[in-house]
Amino acid sequence: MNKFKIITDGILKNNPTFVLVLGMCPTLGTTTSAINGMGMGVATMAVLIMSNMVISLIKNLIPDKVRIPAFIVVIASFVTIIEMLMQAYVPSLYAALGVFIPLIVVNCIILGRAEAFASKHGVFDSLLDGIGIGLGFTIALTIVGAVRELLGSGAVFGYSLGIADYMPLVFVLAPGAFLVLGYLMVLFNKLAKR
Amino acid sequence: MELSYFAIIIGAIFVNNVVFAQFLGICPFLGVSSKVDTSLGMGAAVTFVMALSSIVAWLIQEYILVPLSIEYMQTIVFILVIAALVQMVEIVLKKVSPALYQALGIFLPLITTNCAVLGVAILMIQKEFDLLQSFAYSVSTALGFALALVLFAGIRERLELDGVPAALKGVPIALITAAILAMAFMGFSGLV
Repeated sequence: MNKFKIITDGILKNNPTFVLVLGMCPTLGTTTSAINGMGMGVATMAVLIMSNMVISLIKNLIPDKVRIPAFIVVIASFVTIIEMLMQAYVPSLYAALGVFIPLIVVNCIILGRAEAFASKHGVFDSLLDGIGIGLGFTIALTIVGAVRELLGSGAVFGYSLGIADYMPLVFVLAPGAFLVLGYLMVLFNKLAKR
Repeated sequence: MELSYFAIIIGAIFVNNVVFAQFLGICPFLGVSSKVDTSLGMGAAVTFVMALSSIVAWLIQEYILVPLSIEYMQTIVFILVIAALVQMVEIVLKKVSPALYQALGIFLPLITTNCAVLGVAILMIQKEFDLLQSFAYSVSTALGFALALVLFAGIRERLELDGVPAALKGVPIALITAAILAMAFMGFSGLV
């Protein structure tokens, strides 16, 4: 398989957010700003890359019947590592993302890729798949976060444009998350069809 | 934290609705909520598992993780407990109450990946609830989930019959509908 295509597939054709519609909870819950969305995306990508690689390494050792629990343990271990690292090095991001960091464990993207890709391919391909899907997720979250931040608080990546008073705050609140993601999905569908 | 049960229950069902305010359990919310009766089934199954898993998770946190000071194992232990619990509930229900199993059976495997169950277990520990408060919190969160699911299913059944533009069909229109519902739920904020 073309190595480069594995990565671009993850970003465009199999984009986890806009095409596969997986991992909706962090997509809606953490994208109050571009930075938060990006942080969540990178944390998920790190877990995804490492779990993909480990699972493709140990895929022949795991009996088929206990496959899913074994995958979950691998994923949960990496989530715990990421959780501790974030708490130590980026405490403000850790506080902003809150409960969604431990919830990376139940992000269907990660278990989905373990089951659909890593348990069938080699280590290097699984690494590339992790990078591709992870990037797709990170980009999607950053876009959703950036749009909500701009419309809701009139800022770009934390830099205020001085127009916050004129912007509808609802976009950084809960309804804005659903609304922005819904319309971005429409846009992505339109562009992808072309 | 001192909170009355009334505040916990109303807060979890309406003010901090698990779907519309906390964004937990969105996958089943979008996936299962196309018919009112399947939504009721899913809601009942989630209520059952959430109540059970919150009690077990609380006991594990209090009597195993804290005494051994291995709270950092929380994520791994909780997800394994929930997964095992769902399996057990499935097996027990099949034996004990085939009728209930018929009604809830197909929803049970889906619940392991419902992040609301793990989310509630983690949140109730964070909020430092005691056992009874955790139980009230988890049951009312699950009721809030069921409420959101049933409300949404009712709207989606109508939506099926309306002429939705092609690009908006499916998930996008569901998300936009959810946005309007979430706005309605914002009306509850400040209630408790």
